[in-house]
Amino acid sequence: MNLQSFMPEIVLGATAIAIILLDLIVKRKGILAGVGVAGLLISGIFTVAMWGALQPGEASLIFNNMLAVDSFALFFKLLFAGIAILVILASVDYAGKMLPNSQGEYYALVLLSALGMMLMASTTELISIYVSLELASLSLCALVCFLKNPKSSEAALKYILLSGVVSAVMLFGMALVFGVTGKTQLGEIAGVIRSMSLSTPVASPALAVGMVLLIAGFGFKIAAVPFHMWVPDVYEGAPTPVTAFLSVASKAAGFAVILRVFSSIFGVELLSSSWGMVFAVLAALSMTLGNVIALPQTNIKRMLGYSSIAQAGYLMVGLAAIGISPAAGGSGQAGILFFLASYAVANLAAFTAIIAITNKTGSDDIIDFAGMFKRAPALSLALTFSLISLIGMPPAAGFIAKFYVFSAGVRAGLLWLVVIAVLNSVISAYYYLRVVKVMWFAEPASEERVPSSIALRFGLLIASIGVLALGIAPGVILKVTEAATSILAFLP
Amino acid sequence: MYPYLSTVVFLPVAGSIVIALLGARERLVKWVAAVFTFTSLLAAIGMLFRFDRTIEGMQFEEKALWIPALNANFHLGVDGLSLPLVVLTAFLGFMVVLISWKEHLRVREYFVWLLLLETSILGVFSSLDLLLFFIFWEIELIPMYFLISVWGAGRREYSAIKYMIYTLFGSAFMLAGILSLYFTTGSLSIVDMAGGGIAQAAIPLTAIFFFLLIGFAVKLPVFPFHTWLPDAHTDAPTAGSVMLAGALIKMGGYGMIRVSVSLFPDIARTYAPLLITLAVIGVLYGAALTLRQNDIKRMIAYSSVSHMGYVLLGVFALGQVSLTGATLQMVSHGLLTGLLFAVAGLTMHNVHERDLRKMGGLARQMPVIAVVFSIAGLGSLGLPMTSGFIAEFITFAGSFASDVFGGMQAATILAVAGVVFAAGYILWMIQRAFYGPVKGYVETHIETETLEVGRDALARYQPKKVVETTVETPIEIHDADALERVYMFSFVALILIIGIYPAVLTDIIQTGISPVVRLLGG
Repeated sequence: MNLQSFMPEIVLGATAIAIILLDLIVKRKGILAGVGVAGLLISGIFTVAMWGALQPGEASLIFNNMLAVDSFALFFKLLFAGIAILVILASVDYAGKMLPNSQGEYYALVLLSALGMMLMASTTELISIYVSLELASLSLCALVCFLKNPKSSEAALKYILLSGVVSAVMLFGMALVFGVTGKTQLGEIAGVIRSMSLSTPVASPALAVGMVLLIAGFGFKIAAVPFHMWVPDVYEGAPTPVTAFLSVASKAAGFAVILRVFSSIFGVELLSSSWGMVFAVLAALSMTLGNVIALPQTNIKRMLGYSSIAQAGYLMVGLAAIGISPAAGGSGQAGILFFLASYAVANLAAFTAIIAITNKTGSDDIIDFAGMFKRAPALSLALTFSLISLIGMPPAAGFIAKFYVFSAGVRAGLLWLVVIAVLNSVISAYYYLRVVKVMWFAEPASEERVPSSIALRFGLLIASIGVLALGIAPGVILKVTEAATSILAFLP
Repeated sequence: MYPYLSTVVFLPVAGSIVIALLGARERLVKWVAAVFTFTSLLAAIGMLFRFDRTIEGMQFEEKALWIPALNANFHLGVDGLSLPLVVLTAFLGFMVVLISWKEHLRVREYFVWLLLLETSILGVFSSLDLLLFFIFWEIELIPMYFLISVWGAGRREYSAIKYMIYTLFGSAFMLAGILSLYFTTGSLSIVDMAGGGIAQAAIPLTAIFFFLLIGFAVKLPVFPFHTWLPDAHTDAPTAGSVMLAGALIKMGGYGMIRVSVSLFPDIARTYAPLLITLAVIGVLYGAALTLRQNDIKRMIAYSSVSHMGYVLLGVFALGQVSLTGATLQMVSHGLLTGLLFAVAGLTMHNVHERDLRKMGGLARQMPVIAVVFSIAGLGSLGLPMTSGFIAEFITFAGSFASDVFGGMQAATILAVAGVVFAAGYILWMIQRAFYGPVKGYVETHIETETLEVGRDALARYQPKKVVETTVETPIEIHDADALERVYMFSFVALILIIGIYPAVLTDIIQTGISPVVRLLGG
């Protein structure tokens, strides 16, 4: 047993428990946020150190081949640690105002959820995938209903019911895969499937059904159409920092699991071309539906909810490319990772600015952002820039991300899908720009300035710098994502 | 070697960063903008003199690896095709700072956007890497969107979003085209692709050609993608209109020559009849619409649609002469229409009127402005001695001699008819605005007055009535002041220099066009 390889998770779990205990003692709850950030930083440092010690292409399995320690898992661990840090920084104001008496649980749950997601990214075994997914989902569900008002409770109820149903569906899919292969470890399953030498994708109906059910289960996590029904209500009802966390981390975790599971157990070309096609169709549906329904939204959280569905669609272009063409697969995988990172910084920057503004105005309606430029120039500028990144316009990160993912799509011969995707970006410009328009050109309701804490401003600054840096000098991160995904081809 | 090109391209954006950091002192902001854009212009003029007119190919090249994972380079360079446009943009960039000297609304922000706009246009003309090209192409949208929606007039927000959506629509296809090219060749370098030719690939080259062309066609604009132009040009602030008409729409024509024709010579030849037809429709339809306008800025805007038809005609006539003419026409139109918009803006600013039906006799009140406007107008209709004449003459001579398809001569003759229309609408515009009986101009604004109506005995509440009265104050019209004369005369000087001695530019342009023509097999 090599506990060293498990340090990031141990630190995170210990920090979560420490926060709950500290909550009983300390009076100034801001300290809890500090402890959370410190725990995440330490966890991140361990991750970086482990990456440094890793040989290129090396992958070791720990705990009876249940968890992988490879660059892919480490990349996501870093990503989740970074996301959680930014979310905690953005939560300080919000938690102090809206949840004054339960900050300890709040931060602990954020950490536990991040822990679950870290495990999701590293598991190589069906049952531990399920367990870590539930850890992440249940913590998130508790976070969603934190406001304890009808909207928040309704959101949480919807989330837990739907995610329960989907968990059952996914378990059924896993059971079918297990039934066919008799294994739960991904590498072993892959070996059995390869030795089956199927003649058609449906030669083994149980396996095909299992694959479809798994797509449904993971599709829920990444908010792909038609498994997106929960998104708008939950995004609107949840506390805004939780919405931010949900929109980026949960999606990233879903994609991490999909990448690992589908490129290993369903990596046989016969199967991969069929799930690639499924993802291509889901991608087209998600972007079109997400963008079109986002157009008439008046609530900014709801709008960003639909936008996140559309973004999942762009990401699935990469998945489709991986499935359909193994040659395009490498850049598709690296592209998805880069897209997730740039989507994370852009969406977190947007939500952080929204948190600060809505804290003051008390309303999520786009109309109440009127004239924000005069009341909070820095926040408006950051929000504008992050929306530009979400549109996918240079010089923001979103452009390079789309360029990279779509180029994988073209390479896989999915030009039709890429054309749909770029046209969808045009549609999306309209609703993102509407927010910009209201902020910069409408008359403000009052002249009062919007206050924000140092923590929030610091988080916003980091996220905005991230958006710009990934857009102008993406070279370093692209190299990291390529290193991270090189491992997928080496899976045992 | 000293990086001249980077200096030209990035000085304006450096200026905008300085302005953003400096603070909101109006005069300081304007001086900083002027100094940075002027230095950029000086460097551009320096390049014009240091440019070796005897050799073909790229000069002032700068290349550095940028994104290794994508094989993308930071690659700048100019040849005879792009250098005149770079100099034109640098010139207009400095001029619009002078034109905006009387701007008082959110000045700091205004100049930040204006200078960012200049850098992005310069970047488009000097990028030799498709990714970099596309990034500059897209960045331009953001400042323009803000310039139109904040400092514009009329239905400015509508026009701004329309401009944005149209261009994004075009560039969406362009992005698909660039991705397909990247997949086909594995490279993003425009120079390599033009030199090596593109092998047939899984994606039909014709599709890639049209994907890219749509992006350029929206920008130029080519009929039927032109409808954003009148709105955007009309509602933009004066400096925005000058940049739009002067430099921005040239990105479309430049892209067609640099990418569409150079990379796909055979396909360009195959589809030339279609594009020539669109060009002729654009020329005539644009001219006919111009005749129907009463708004002075809208009139100039529609005339641009017509004049850009000549550029399209010259480009897809695909000959050495016609391509040279098209390039010269872009530069000449940039100067002429830039000046027309500048003077129209000045006139509107002075008389608070933009409807030609309500103007008249202004030549007596503002003689200098009237003369300059007439020179720009006459240049625009192609009077000899001005750059407009020589540019249109070369374009028509080239397209008449072109052998792209049988109907070239007929198409050219139809397009020449556009010049007759131009004479009509421009002379009519000058006559309506500046000659005829003198009219009085008034400035209207609504004054609200709150009157106390009656009085409540308990004084608890006082009924009030708001009365609105429209107050008209006559305007004292004055002619151009010293600063305005400086920039107007600079424009006029350049127009005349090119008109009298066109070789100053055609020598350079030809070195850029010859390699393109060789690719075409001519």
